[in-house]
Amino acid sequence: MNFWDQDAEMKVAFDLFVVESRELLQSMEDGLLGLEHETEPVESINAIFRAAHTIKGSSGLFGLDVVVRFTHVVENVLDRLRDGKIGVAPELISVMLPCRDHISALVEAIAANQAADTPALNSAGEALLARLQSFQDPAKTRLTEAPDAVAERSGGGMVEAGDWHLSLRFGVDSFRNGMDPLSFIRYLGTLGDVVSLTTLAEQIPVASEMDAESCYLGFEIDLKSAASKEAIEGVFEFVREDSRIHILPPNSLINDYIELIRSLPEDDLHLGEILVKSGVLTQRELDEGLNLQKTHADDAAGTQPIGEILVQQHVVQQPLVDAALDKQKQGKESKARENQSIRVDAARLDQLIELVGELVIAGAGAALRASKSGDPALIESISEVMGMVEGVRDSALQLRMVPIGATFSRFQRVVRDVSAELGKDIQLVITGGDTEVDKSVVEKIGDPLMHLVRNSMDHGIESGPVRAANGKPVKGTLSLNAYHESGNIIIEVSDDGGGLNRERILAKGVERGLVPPGAILTDKEIFALIFEPGFSTADQVSNLSGRGVGMDVVRRNVTALRGSIDVESTAGAGSIFRIRLPLTLAIIDGFLVEVGHSGFVIPLQRVIECVEIPADSQARDYMDLRGEVLPFIRLRGLFEVEGAPPRRENVVVVEHAGVKTGLVVDRLLGEFQTVIKPMGTLFGHVRGIGGFTILGSGEVALILDISSLIRHYADLEKASHV
Amino acid sequence: MPVLSLEGELTIYTAATQKDALLAFLASGDDLELNLSQVTEMDAAGLQLLILTKHEAMQTGKAMRYTMHSAPVLEVLELARMSTLFGDPLILSGQDAA
Repeated sequence: MNFWDQDAEMKVAFDLFVVESRELLQSMEDGLLGLEHETEPVESINAIFRAAHTIKGSSGLFGLDVVVRFTHVVENVLDRLRDGKIGVAPELISVMLPCRDHISALVEAIAANQAADTPALNSAGEALLARLQSFQDPAKTRLTEAPDAVAERSGGGMVEAGDWHLSLRFGVDSFRNGMDPLSFIRYLGTLGDVVSLTTLAEQIPVASEMDAESCYLGFEIDLKSAASKEAIEGVFEFVREDSRIHILPPNSLINDYIELIRSLPEDDLHLGEILVKSGVLTQRELDEGLNLQKTHADDAAGTQPIGEILVQQHVVQQPLVDAALDKQKQGKESKARENQSIRVDAARLDQLIELVGELVIAGAGAALRASKSGDPALIESISEVMGMVEGVRDSALQLRMVPIGATFSRFQRVVRDVSAELGKDIQLVITGGDTEVDKSVVEKIGDPLMHLVRNSMDHGIESGPVRAANGKPVKGTLSLNAYHESGNIIIEVSDDGGGLNRERILAKGVERGLVPPGAILTDKEIFALIFEPGFSTADQVSNLSGRGVGMDVVRRNVTALRGSIDVESTAGAGSIFRIRLPLTLAIIDGFLVEVGHSGFVIPLQRVIECVEIPADSQARDYMDLRGEVLPFIRLRGLFEVEGAPPRRENVVVVEHAGVKTGLVVDRLLGEFQTVIKPMGTLFGHVRGIGGFTILGSGEVALILDISSLIRHYADLEKASHV
Repeated sequence: MPVLSLEGELTIYTAATQKDALLAFLASGDDLELNLSQVTEMDAAGLQLLILTKHEAMQTGKAMRYTMHSAPVLEVLELARMSTLFGDPLILSGQDAA
């Protein structure tokens, strides 16, 4: 099954399949998790079913039989759920979730070009299928449906037994890609007998808008053939990518028709046309129905909807009419939706943002020259340009913003699984899911959040009996919240558990030597101790957390994103962990300083204050900052900047991991928002530098990475003392 | 009655120019005839054009007849089961079109 090795186009199609499958699996999971809480689960069930069905269908196109076989059974169960033959039960969801995971595992294995039929996966699949057994229809648990299922249905209009129904909508670029739809139909003739064929030309626009080189054609074909589905599918191998090809096997079930109706590309069709197109109804039946409608309209005041008439005439079944009506309604809606979003390669966005960054820098340079020239007209027009450039930069950065909701909703599953594991009853409440944040931040925040969520569930929220004894509701609540605050995004993970144990943390802090015995600390300072390395107050190391590698890792991850974390806690009422992150990683609020002729940017979040270096500290490496000893690092020495220091140097006080350090610089140039550019790989080993930026004057300024700078300096000091 | 005789192939390679020709022809009168005897090759792009032209004529209340279908045209119309839909008399020519 290595066809994608051979064919680049196939590979593209296959990649798309993987991406789509992931999305579908995600929506399946969301749907499954939401089911229990919904009063009207019909929509969700449909969505879950559609996801499974689409995955099965697309997998079939790629010949991924393993996926098809497994998903088929899942789909059957979902179908019964949809028909109300089985109810939404926690047991069902507990089986369905692992089934979803299994499909995901299969798809991922195939995506990684590995075998999806390893013994491990097979046995996992078998075990799940066995669990699904109890939800299956006892009458037909076989893969293929019993043929008598068709005979029971009312009405005709179904394709004859033995006929494949092919619904073909060729992609708009088919001609340009050298594909002639007619040659496919000719070839079909070699596989069997084309019983009926309808050419659909409705998609051809009016002459003025019609592009003679675009393909607007579609075909509905009934093919009498003994060929296998694979063989028929194989005919369309080269147009599969951008065309819609549906192949319904003989004796297709109603559900397949419903799916077909839903996926018809035409938007504004009449109900009858939809039904006829999908092969449910013949044109003759529709005409009869329409005639009937007309005669009724003549002698009665109101007109009966055609759908009702068709159902009454037993030519079509109600579910199919419903599906067709849905389709009609969807037509307009989906048109509106399509305009709302567009999928863009992230690399292209990055490229755009990089260009915009350059533009900002170049613009600043132009502004500088303009102001030097003293030409008022030039200055004015440049400032106008700069205003727009900034607008462009802001909207370019906006493009990368995504709502954090998708990240949050992933935790529904985590909370569900973990609470089951812990034997606690915990619900997750999500608010502020539409708060937007840079995509790169979203990608990296998942791990720290996972830690916090697990920690809160494990240590924060008490077990049911304890809660009941404390007069709290037995069901614990974990909340995820997000909101914007002055250019930052705040993410809160809160629980209504027992809160942090102030005394125990303090005792542990003293024991670890983090706090001198007898020190008076505020609650905030005490709680901050839990983020220290190796700090864990859990008496018991559970499966989930409490291994002492939790909170310090969280803080390190958050700090790496140039953010901060703190915790608020009330004994008996719960804790709130608050992560504060910059909205984007591409731009930094910096503080520009100068040493000799070199500019340096210090991340503004780190800067606490600026003071002048006291005369008595000129020769030392520390100073007295209002009674505190403040060690400082002379950037001139560290970076070996040439030239003599000015008469008066300044100290920028920065904070890292709760410790203040001074940075001695020549001049303070003020706040400065800038685009971060990464250092080239050649400079990868340089420590203390996080990147660089280009100033308006065209000069390069290095952006200091405070944590690594301080570590680097400490190492140097150590080495020099040995 | 204005008559246009299409010549050569009616395929994706000529579709753009043929479209312009057909639309110009459509604008030239109300009762029109399109002679297809000299069409040497036709594909789905060509079929699409014939459908478009017929449809446009219908929309504007004009008469547009396709006549003297060459063998390649007939073959396509048969394949797409459109031969009767256009409502034009078809004459099966005995000889192959050049």
